[in-house]
Amino acid sequence: MAIAAAVPSEAADTCLGAHAMGVSRGGRMLLASVDFELRAGELLQLHGPNGSGKSSLLRVLCGLLPPASGEVRWNAQPVRAGDPHFLPTVAYLGHSDGIDADLSAAENLRFAAQLAGKTAHDAQIDACLDALGMGWAAHSPVRALSQGQRRRVALARLALLPCALWLLDEPLSGLDEEAAARFDILLQAHLRRGGMAVVATHQPLSPPGRILRLDA
Amino acid sequence: MTLARDLRRSFAAIVRQDVLRAWRRRGQVFAGLLFFVIACSLYPLAIGPEARQLRLLAPGMLWVTALLASMLSLSRLFSREFADGSLDQLLLSPQPLAWLVLAKICAHWLTSGLPLMLLTPLLAQQYGMPFAAAMGLAASLMVGTPVLSLIGAVGAALTLGVRGGAVLLCILVLPLCAPVLVFGAAAGAAADAGLPMTAELSLLGACLALSLLLCPLAAAAGLRIAAE
Repeated sequence: MAIAAAVPSEAADTCLGAHAMGVSRGGRMLLASVDFELRAGELLQLHGPNGSGKSSLLRVLCGLLPPASGEVRWNAQPVRAGDPHFLPTVAYLGHSDGIDADLSAAENLRFAAQLAGKTAHDAQIDACLDALGMGWAAHSPVRALSQGQRRRVALARLALLPCALWLLDEPLSGLDEEAAARFDILLQAHLRRGGMAVVATHQPLSPPGRILRLDA
Repeated sequence: MTLARDLRRSFAAIVRQDVLRAWRRRGQVFAGLLFFVIACSLYPLAIGPEARQLRLLAPGMLWVTALLASMLSLSRLFSREFADGSLDQLLLSPQPLAWLVLAKICAHWLTSGLPLMLLTPLLAQQYGMPFAAAMGLAASLMVGTPVLSLIGAVGAALTLGVRGGAVLLCILVLPLCAPVLVFGAAAGAAADAGLPMTAELSLLGACLALSLLLCPLAAAAGLRIAAE
């Protein structure tokens, strides 16, 4: 009993917080003070017009951009750039897909797994590509794929690597309805497992969640 | 133990990935090598067939040309990754960034410095260098070209996303490579004169040790700034 009590329950404690966080980009203050707290299984949607700071906010949350003021906290600990405790839990998908056009979809995913310190088997990679309807393109070069299909490959990375926190920037851009529905299934499964997600989007997502509206 | 294994794995993964990428775009790699071959062949044409003079100039000229040829490939070290967003994924990897940068530099050397080094004994024949001296020159390139990749990576990281970055990169990196050029060419000249080249190679080795220590850290800091 004593041992069980001493081991902290990871799922219950995980929490991402922004505390009086300011975001500036290129010397211009975009957001003065952002406060929120996200717990296991919760989704936060970022809505707002172009240039309102959605992307910059996401880059601050994953530590690529230092906050202008305030801080990001993970499990009540402030997050610094390159934090080895925080980074393994984060999956970030930016504007660009982060996949190499000269390699195949499967090669890209295998490398993503290796970079995260994991090994991915061919069957796993195929299953993840299948989840986004891209199983047929596993071994063709990404160069031959359309913009929306590349986005699907990038989203398959989320299915491959189990990260607690998803930070997604316009995940639906360029996707057709079928792919959007597949992403929806992926996101709901992630939230059910106790994952968290912060998603900047123009199309409202179906899972229930809070909405943070940013104004330009 | 697992930390060491993760480090080793991520290093191997990046080297394998980058060499594969270079192979898929081998046109760029071969273009750099072709530049090296052509430029090295131009000097004998311009200077004339006087054997003694050519042989005297050979180590310096081959070294300068190798330096310029390695500049050509530097700008592609991080630029593709910067453009397609995979640099962000690299920065967000839980492994130490400097270590991952070192892996990228290693892959860059394998696809730029190593082929230059292998070509040099062949090209030295145009200058009438004896085989043993040409091998000595190649040895100096083996110790020297990794330093060029290491210093170049710092420049490539600092000029990432800057307009006209390629020229700025050369202006930034070439002066820093001067010591390598001096010791490298001196090692080649010593080899050609049949003298021991231990001193020059030791100095090149010292340059390599110092840049191995400092350059990945500096390049990693540069990449973090570029990603902001």
